[in-house]
Order: sequence, then structure tokens, then C-alpha cells
Amino acid sequence: MGNRVNATNNNGAFVNERANDSLVKVRGLSFRRNERVILEKVDIDILRGKITAIMGPSGTGKTTLLRIIGGQLHPLQGSVEIDGLEVPALSTPDLYELRKRMGMLFQTGALFSDLTVFENVAFPLRVHTRLPESLIRDLVLMKLQAVGLRGAQALMPAELSGGMARRVALARAIALDPMMIMYDEPFTGQDPITVGIIMKLIQQLNATLGLTSIIVSHDVVEVSAIADYIYVIAEGHVMEHGTPAELGHSKSPWMQQFLQGLPDGPAPFHYPASDFATELFGAPGA
Amino acid sequence: MIATLLQDFGRVTLTAIARMGRGNLFMLRVLHALPSLRFGGPLLVQQIYSVGVLSLQIIAVSGLSVGMVLGLQGYNMLVDFGAEQSLGQATALSLVRELGPVLTALLFAGRAGSALTAEIGLMKVTEQLSAMEMMAVDPVKRIIVPRFVAAFLSMPMLAAIFSAIGVLGGYFVGVGLLGVDSGAFWSQMQSKVNFGEDILNGFVKSIVFGLVAAWIAVFEGYDAVPTTEGVSRATTRTVVETAFAVLGLDFILTAVMF
Repeated sequence: MGNRVNATNNNGAFVNERANDSLVKVRGLSFRRNERVILEKVDIDILRGKITAIMGPSGTGKTTLLRIIGGQLHPLQGSVEIDGLEVPALSTPDLYELRKRMGMLFQTGALFSDLTVFENVAFPLRVHTRLPESLIRDLVLMKLQAVGLRGAQALMPAELSGGMARRVALARAIALDPMMIMYDEPFTGQDPITVGIIMKLIQQLNATLGLTSIIVSHDVVEVSAIADYIYVIAEGHVMEHGTPAELGHSKSPWMQQFLQGLPDGPAPFHYPASDFATELFGAPGA
Repeated sequence: MIATLLQDFGRVTLTAIARMGRGNLFMLRVLHALPSLRFGGPLLVQQIYSVGVLSLQIIAVSGLSVGMVLGLQGYNMLVDFGAEQSLGQATALSLVRELGPVLTALLFAGRAGSALTAEIGLMKVTEQLSAMEMMAVDPVKRIIVPRFVAAFLSMPMLAAIFSAIGVLGGYFVGVGLLGVDSGAFWSQMQSKVNFGEDILNGFVKSIVFGLVAAWIAVFEGYDAVPTTEGVSRATTRTVVETAFAVLGLDFILTAVMF
């Protein structure tokens, strides 16, 4: 399970302490796409009521990990336990029952393009409940009010900015009052004001609704500001984990390169290639 | 050189077989999910409008055009033998047995099949299908089944409309412009076109073509690589594969039926 930075306990005791209060327990998780190793023996604990971030460079399997937790992908090895249920072993009906208690915010928002904002948020309520229309209306308006977009209820998704689309998607994700929400790159491509709004919403919703939040992101500053705990994944492994403050003091050169956004270091600037001079001018004497 | 060719041939063959396997498994999933449609009446009506009603324009215009050309060409041939009174029979048989089902299926693939593939493929690209899964809603039940059934039901109706309008086109040219006797046009058609052998067999053809066109359209959308290029390729494949499948099946069905 990677290294815990500046851990006061020994690592084993810490794992037990976290595991006892975990909503999500990932153990020995491996996943491959074709022959490429995406995740290799990953251990992660997501604590109840906390905001846990999974960070790492692009293409390191963060979104894949979310999809495995959500049961959309099957791991090659290992276990994923949510609230005591082993996700890969669940039957489809049981998995769907579990998903009713989970929300997910996709990178693009993934709003249904043929439905209005109101109908998008009402969708899970209409499908999974038999509430009267008046109650559905009230619930949808409450969720939209929570994300500040009650006034946009009649708009179509194509009329929304990227940030607004994510906020509507967030309202839809909390429509059924889930126990946890997974955020896939919630800050990517957003302007500073929208980033601030999304950060505030994630914190506010987590606290007021008693949620457990998992954020997948590579935005160091934003995530460090709101996460209670961070796992850093690279090359298929958990490189380090700890609180944002602990990771900030990491002595690992790779970690420092990642946190400070340095262009060169243990993660090289250049993709592996043959000698530049040789490629330009040919081998000596050739 | 030969080894490379063999490798390429093997790879293409295996890809095609794997694709057919995925298509068959997908169809089983769709058939298994069909009962869910009993809760999806409004979705089905919406899709019949989108797939069927909105295809009416191209079907009507094409049917009229084909019928008029049949009337003209048929008259030119028949008049040499003094048999222009049989124009109604010739037009109706051509349309009901062959041109109605086949051309409707080809037009349907171009108008509605490609639209279905693109719509489903784009839903995949924009993660709408994944979002639906994460909301505990099976996209096969919610998205695929209504579209598949709507396409399947619309095709025979569109083929019937195509043939009916085609006959009117033939009547307009033959009787209205070229002077064929109106009574002979209709009576020859009535006496020589057999309901069981001609109309029913043509209807069966359009049902089979509808099944194939609907299957290919929804499968290609669902199986599309979730990129803009992937959706573009899937849309093209829908039109090409449907055309091949319809033309191939048409020959087999014609050999069996007539």
C-alpha cells in the first residue's frame, strides 16, 4: 500500500485504523487493458464522511479506478468492498441496488442532451421512485437551488457552460441522496470562478449531506485545499498517501516534481528516444 | 511478404468474427430486455416518431419518383407488344415484391439507421450511457430497446407506404400522361397481384430487412469506439453493412419465395 508520508503510526497499524472506518476498501487491485498494466496491487481506504482524493499524472488509471469502484469495469485481481459488499462479485440487480446509493460526477457532466436541466435532475427520481409529480418538482428545485441553478431549470444542456453542466450533473448525482459521490476530474478545463464554486459545493455537500466523497483529479492546489486525505497514483501503484500537509512535506523527488509541477525530474520531459545528435547527423563514420 | 499478407488476412478475419460474435451477444441482450418495453410506451412512441414519421418525406418522394420511372419505362417496353394495359400489374409487382422492401431498407439505413447509430455513439462519447449505468438504469433497456423496436416496426410500414405511393406515381405517368386506360390499369393490377404470394411475401421481406437494419444500427452505435472518428466510422458501417445485408438477404428470400 504505498508509503504513508510522515506517518506517526507504523504503516500496518495505520491501515487497520483506517480500514475499520472505511466505506470503500480496495485491496490488491490489479487491472490490465490488453497487455498494458494499468493498476497493480493497489490498496486504498476511503473513510466515511471524508473527502478523499486520488491524484496522479494523466493516464495513470485514476478514472479506471473509479470505474472499478462503480462496478463498470471488472478487476483482474483483488477486491473492492463498498459498505461491506464485494462489488466485483455482485449480481447485476444487486450492483444496480448499490448504485442507487452512489452518485458519480463525470468529467463532461454527461447530461442527457435531449432533456432539460429540470428533467435531467428529475430522471433518477422518476426512474427509481414513485413519488408524486409535485414532490418530484420540489425535490428537483431543492437540488438545483443547492447548486445555484434553480433559475436554469428550463434550459437545455447545450445552452449551459461547462461549469454549469457540471453543477447540474452534481444536482442529478445527489437527487437520490446517495451515501457517496465520485467526482471524475471535476476541475479540468474550468475557469477560476467555476473551480471555486465546484470546490465550495463539494465541501458543502459533503458536510451537510453527510456524504463520502472521492475526487479523482490532477489539480494539486484545488484538491489539497479541500481533501482530507490524498492517494497519489503513478505507474499503476500508490506512490504515496497522507493528508495534504503530510504530502507537502514529502521528501520524494517524484512527489515534489508532481506537487510543484516541475517540467523535468524523475518523470522525464523527453519520451524515451535514441540519441538526438545521432538521429540528426547519423552515426559517426556512417 | 506472403507471411504479412496472411497475418493481415487472419487479423481482419478474426476481427470480423469477433464483431459478429459481439453483435449476436448484443442481440441476445436486446431480446432479453424486450419485456422492459411494457413500461416504456412513451419512449417507443417518441422513437417511432423520430425513426419512422421523420423518414416519411424521403420515403414518399423516393416512392413517387421510382413509381413514375417504372410507369415510364414499363410503358415504353409494353407498348411495343401492345400490352400497355398491363402497366398497372407490372408497376405493382415490381414495387410490392422487390423495389418497395429493398429501396425502403436502403433509404431507411441512410436516413434513420445512420441517425440511430450516430445518436447512440454520441451518447457513448459524452458518457451519457455510462452515467445511466451509474444511476442504476440499464441503457440497453432505456435507450436501445425502444429504438430497436421502433425501427423494426417502422420499416414494414414505410415499405408499404413506399409501394403505395409508387403505384400512384406509375398511375400518374401511365394513365395521366401516356394515356393508358384507367380501368385497365387498376383491374389488371387487381387480378394479377396475389395477396398471399406477392403482398404478403413482400411484407415478410420488409420485416426481415427491418430486423436487420434495426439490429445493425443500434449495435454499431453501442459498439462504436467512443471518439468522434469512431462514431463517424460506425455511422458509415451502418449504411454499408445494412446495404450488403439487405441485398444479400433479398436474393435468398426471393429464391425461396418466388
